[in-house]
Amino acid sequence: MDVLLFRVALVLILLATAGFIVYIVKQDKSVYKWSYRLLFAGFLCHTLFIAKQYHMLGVAPVLTMKAALSFFSWSIVGVYLVFHLKFRLMVLGSFIAPLAACLMIISSTIPGAEVQIKPIFRSAWLSVHVGTIFVGNGLFAMTFVAAIMYLIQEHHIKKKRLGSLYSRLPSLETLDSINYYALIYGFPFLTIGMITGAIYAQYALGTYWQWDPKEVWSLITWLFYAALLHERLAVGWRGRRAAIMAIVAFLILIFTFVGASLWLSDYHSFESLGGRAGG
Amino acid sequence: MIKIINIGMNHETAPLALRECLAQEPTNTARTLAAMRDLTCIKEGLFLSTCNRVEALLTTEAAPDAKRSMTDLLCRMGGVSEKTLSSALFVFEDVDAVRHIFRVASSLDSMVVGEPQILGQIKDAYYEATREKTSGVVLNRLMHRAFHLAKRVRTETGVSDAAVSVSYAAVELAKKIFHDLQGKRVLLVGAGEMAELAARHLLRQGVGSIRVANRTFHRAVQLAKLFQGGPVSYEEIGAQLLEVDIVISSTASPEYVITREQVKGCLRKRRNRPLFFIDIAVPRDVEPGVNDLDNVYVYDIDDLKGVIEINVSQRQAEAVKAERIVEEEVIQFQKWLKTLQVVPTIISLKDKAECIRQAELRKSLTALSGLTTSQIEMIERLTLSITEKIMNDPILVLKGKADRSTRDTYLDVARRLFKLDEDEEEEHGHGPS
Repeated sequence: MDVLLFRVALVLILLATAGFIVYIVKQDKSVYKWSYRLLFAGFLCHTLFIAKQYHMLGVAPVLTMKAALSFFSWSIVGVYLVFHLKFRLMVLGSFIAPLAACLMIISSTIPGAEVQIKPIFRSAWLSVHVGTIFVGNGLFAMTFVAAIMYLIQEHHIKKKRLGSLYSRLPSLETLDSINYYALIYGFPFLTIGMITGAIYAQYALGTYWQWDPKEVWSLITWLFYAALLHERLAVGWRGRRAAIMAIVAFLILIFTFVGASLWLSDYHSFESLGGRAGG
Repeated sequence: MIKIINIGMNHETAPLALRECLAQEPTNTARTLAAMRDLTCIKEGLFLSTCNRVEALLTTEAAPDAKRSMTDLLCRMGGVSEKTLSSALFVFEDVDAVRHIFRVASSLDSMVVGEPQILGQIKDAYYEATREKTSGVVLNRLMHRAFHLAKRVRTETGVSDAAVSVSYAAVELAKKIFHDLQGKRVLLVGAGEMAELAARHLLRQGVGSIRVANRTFHRAVQLAKLFQGGPVSYEEIGAQLLEVDIVISSTASPEYVITREQVKGCLRKRRNRPLFFIDIAVPRDVEPGVNDLDNVYVYDIDDLKGVIEINVSQRQAEAVKAERIVEEEVIQFQKWLKTLQVVPTIISLKDKAECIRQAELRKSLTALSGLTTSQIEMIERLTLSITEKIMNDPILVLKGKADRSTRDTYLDVARRLFKLDEDEEEEHGHGPS
């Protein structure tokens, strides 16, 4: 049943992605509307899937790479749907949906593993930690996508080669403000996520901070976003520089998410989280 | 013989400073026309004064006199010496004058070829001329042909599309940078036909305010009034760069008006808010390096033309087509002008016939007394139709010969056959006595 829900969600999101790509080429509004509905339906299925998992495990389903990627994808789509309410930017979907679909596909190709739930995982702190971090990640994914769109559009305008993408992409001001809003909302989520993580660590492991590689990389990520936010608010950075910085920060975030978890981490690694039998 | 003469200066022949001397006040046109009317050597006159050109179109029978007096008049108007003026003046005569005014009207002589404003300005100038009663048969015809031609060029060629879409493209670009133009501040540096057009487009998109900077301040005041904006002095441009979002520049300055250093210095103080320069001037006003700065975008006129993707060869083809249409109309007008030269002969021919008819009628009516009014009317109609029928063929022949080389021979023969010249001499002889 769970697998079926996930499959349906995946298919719907893939269809939506295809629709969004057709939309950006053909500029047909009805294609967009249907893609949006498909994406929304996919998101609902995905939400059901995650809710069932949560119910079953008693903790946010992020303990394996497979589950974490799926959860990441879910939070990105969720953030997009919320952003859509404010910005009504149709073309954003054409960039967000492929990213979400990609994560879903990777997640679906990873073989599922038995998860052993250690008793210490059954804590509200952990769910808050994971939930806020992922909402933050979803928002940062948005800054990343907006930054890429910004750089493409800026390149077109600066080089005075106004191709087909130029007319399809939104204005620089819009992209920059998406980047900005995603950042100022994302940053508190990341911060709260890290604080609750520390509190949970104190509660579960007896110490707030262990200099675990994932912790260190998270701190580095946090510092990058803090720097970007500071430059934006205090110095008035915007546009190209802010976009490049947002991309760099997101790449570090991805490294923290994937790299540090797989190869570097100690107790944060999926292996030690119980992804493999006997972990 | 009537000559059409065109004296003036445009953006190619005269520097802006000189043009501004002559185009100072809006009431100028009326005063100039009045002055032209007072000159006896000028028969008809029209005066056109825009940002990019100041020119007088006139007809005369004494060409050298008319040229000299018109040049003097322009000197006095601008308060400049004849020496500085004459080097910047162009003088066209006859076919060239016709061709010139046709090219101006159809916007082929504009700084931005095809810009639509000029036709309206010429129409205004003509309206002034009719109001001051300085336009006559020749200019009326010439201007109406010019308007007709301008319309043909606009509908039959793509020349004007380019200019309209240049300012349209500028607005579209501004929207791609700022998203919403509501409340954005615009600075107009210098003023030209295109700059005004672009400013108007932006106003329609709801920009907040327009400020105008100009080298001569009172011109800035005038223009600012036009856009309900504020005038600023030329020296204030640097300070204005801190506040405005869009700069439309179209001065005739040979060097850069806005430099990279100047813009770079204000970016941090503007907190990197985007700044969009639309540089319509030729040569350019904004240093190209400005475009390399972050959040600053510079588009010059070639970029904008490039944007609208009308490729160069196509543009040239359209221009060739437009020039061909102008040539057609020039030839047509020449033809008409030549019929004008047979007109005096035709008129004296008709006059002579009418004189004879009247005289003979008078004689007969005194002899035939006791006629009823209806009978008198009958006789009058009879004489009228006889003279008209007799004169019809000779007149048609003369009209037909209007643009042939044998025209003068025919005119000469006609005058001799009907003894037209002796009659006139007789009349003149009778006159004073």
